[in-house]
Amino acid sequence: MTKHKKTDFQWRNKHLIGLSDLSREEIEFILDTARGFEEISTRSIKKAPALRGKVVVNMFFEDSTRTRNSFTLAAGRLSADVIEFSKSYSSVSKGETLIDTARNLEAMGVDIVVIRHGAGGAPKLLSRSINACVVNAGDGYHEHPTQALLDVYTIRQIKGTLDGLKIGIVGDIAHSRVARSNIYAMTKLGAEVTLIGPPTLMPAQVQKLPVQVSCDLDAVIEKLDVINMLRIQFERLGGNLFPSIREYSHFFGLTVDRMKKAKPDMLVMHPGPINRGLEIESEVADGPRSVILRQVANGLAIRMAVLFLVNQAAAVEAKEQKS
Amino acid sequence: MKILLDEKQIDQILDRISSNIADDLGSHKELVVIGIRSRGEILAERLCSKLGRLLGKEIPFGTLDITLYRDDIHDPAGDIQPQVRTTEIDFDIHKTTILLVDDVLHTGRSVRAALDALTDLGRPRTIRLAVLVDRGSHELPIHADYVGIKSEVAEEESVRVQLKETDQIEQVTVE
Repeated sequence: MTKHKKTDFQWRNKHLIGLSDLSREEIEFILDTARGFEEISTRSIKKAPALRGKVVVNMFFEDSTRTRNSFTLAAGRLSADVIEFSKSYSSVSKGETLIDTARNLEAMGVDIVVIRHGAGGAPKLLSRSINACVVNAGDGYHEHPTQALLDVYTIRQIKGTLDGLKIGIVGDIAHSRVARSNIYAMTKLGAEVTLIGPPTLMPAQVQKLPVQVSCDLDAVIEKLDVINMLRIQFERLGGNLFPSIREYSHFFGLTVDRMKKAKPDMLVMHPGPINRGLEIESEVADGPRSVILRQVANGLAIRMAVLFLVNQAAAVEAKEQKS
Repeated sequence: MKILLDEKQIDQILDRISSNIADDLGSHKELVVIGIRSRGEILAERLCSKLGRLLGKEIPFGTLDITLYRDDIHDPAGDIQPQVRTTEIDFDIHKTTILLVDDVLHTGRSVRAALDALTDLGRPRTIRLAVLVDRGSHELPIHADYVGIKSEVAEEESVRVQLKETDQIEQVTVE
C-alpha cells in the first residue's frame, strides 16, 4: 500500500449527486478518505462516533439489497440513526410528492437523505428543495456514484493506479447508470475505457463520451487490464434489443474459454446482482481473478467516507452561515 | 519566534524519556508504542526503536488516526477540516501496556479522542502518555506520564513542532 498522503485539499460538497460534476482531485480525495474507514470493519467494535446524533434516511423508490444494506451498515458503523423508507410502506403510495415526503422527513430532523429513484435527476431536484445533505444511490439511467467510486477504489487498491489502464465495460451500457458513473470516474482518473456490447445497447450519442466502442469482445479482451461485466437488466429492457439470451451469452458472456485470451492479471468485476451463466460463468465469477466480493466490502468504506464528508461539508456551511 | 528545542535537545529528551520508560515499563511483557497522527507518529517511531535497543527486544509499533473521534467534528473551529487518515495497528491491543505518544499536550482533547479510539480497538491493561511538549492550559483532567519539556505558553501563541521526516528541519518553536 502506498503511504497515506496528506493534502491541503478541502471537501466542500454537502451533496453527492454524480461523478460528472467532480474533479479528479475530488474523486481521489474520497478514495483517500475511504482508506481510513476500511479498518473500522476489521476491529472487534465495528463502530466510530463520527455521525453520532445524526439521522440518515434511506429513501429507496426502487428495489435494492446491496446498496441499501451497505448504506444502512455504513451509517450504523458511524453511529448515526437510520430511517428505512420504502415506497410501498409510505405515503408516496397515497400520492405524496417526492419533495413533500422529503420535507416531512426533514422536519423530523433528518441530516442526510440517501435516495434511489427511477427518474434520473430526482436527487438533484431534492438537493435544491431541502436543507439536508443528499446522496445519490442510483437515479434512473443517470448515475450511481458510490458504485463507481467503490469500483475505482477496488482497482486502485490492487493495481495501484488507474493511469494508463485499459478497462472494458461490457453489456447494457444504454440502461446502466453504473456504466455512466464508471466512465466519468475511470476516465478522470486516467484510464482508457472501451464500451463493449451490441450496438442496440449502446447509449445514444456514445461518440460524445470520452470512450472507445467495440461490439467484438473477443477482439479486445486480450488488451484489457480490467473487465467490468454489467448485469443484463431484464426489468429495464423493453422490446427486443438482442435476439436471444443464448446469443448474447455467446458473444458477450465472460466464459472460462474467453478468459484464456485475457491477460493473466486481468481483474474481473461485476456490480451485482449476477445472472450466473448469462453475462458471466460461475467459474469466472468465483475464480481467482474475480474481485466481486471485494467490491462489496469496499463499498462499505466508500459509503462511510461519503456520509462523513457530506456531513462535514454541511457543518462547515452551517458555521459560515452563522458568522 | 522563539526556539524552544533544537535538534540535539529533541534527541536528548527522547533518550531520557525512553530510559525512564524502560525503567518503569520494561518488565511489562506486552509493551507496545502507538503514536497519534501525524507528528506523534514520528516521535513514537523514534521512541520505539530507542526502547527496543534498551530492552533488547522488538517493540510493536502502531499509528492512530483520531479524526473520527474528535469532539469538534460537528462544530469545526475554522474552515479547515481535518483529513481522515488510516489507523495502522496490526496487533491485538487486548491486555497490552500501551505507550501513547503525541507531540504537544495542550487542551487534552486529542488525547481524550485517542483514548476513546483505543477503547474501540480493545481493552489494554494500561495506557501511559508521553509528550514532547506540555504547554499547559489543559481543559480536561488529562496529564502526561512522560514529558519532554514543560513550558507555559500564552494562549495566543502556538507551539510548532517540526521534524526531519516531514519538515526537513528539526526544531520546536513558539510563535
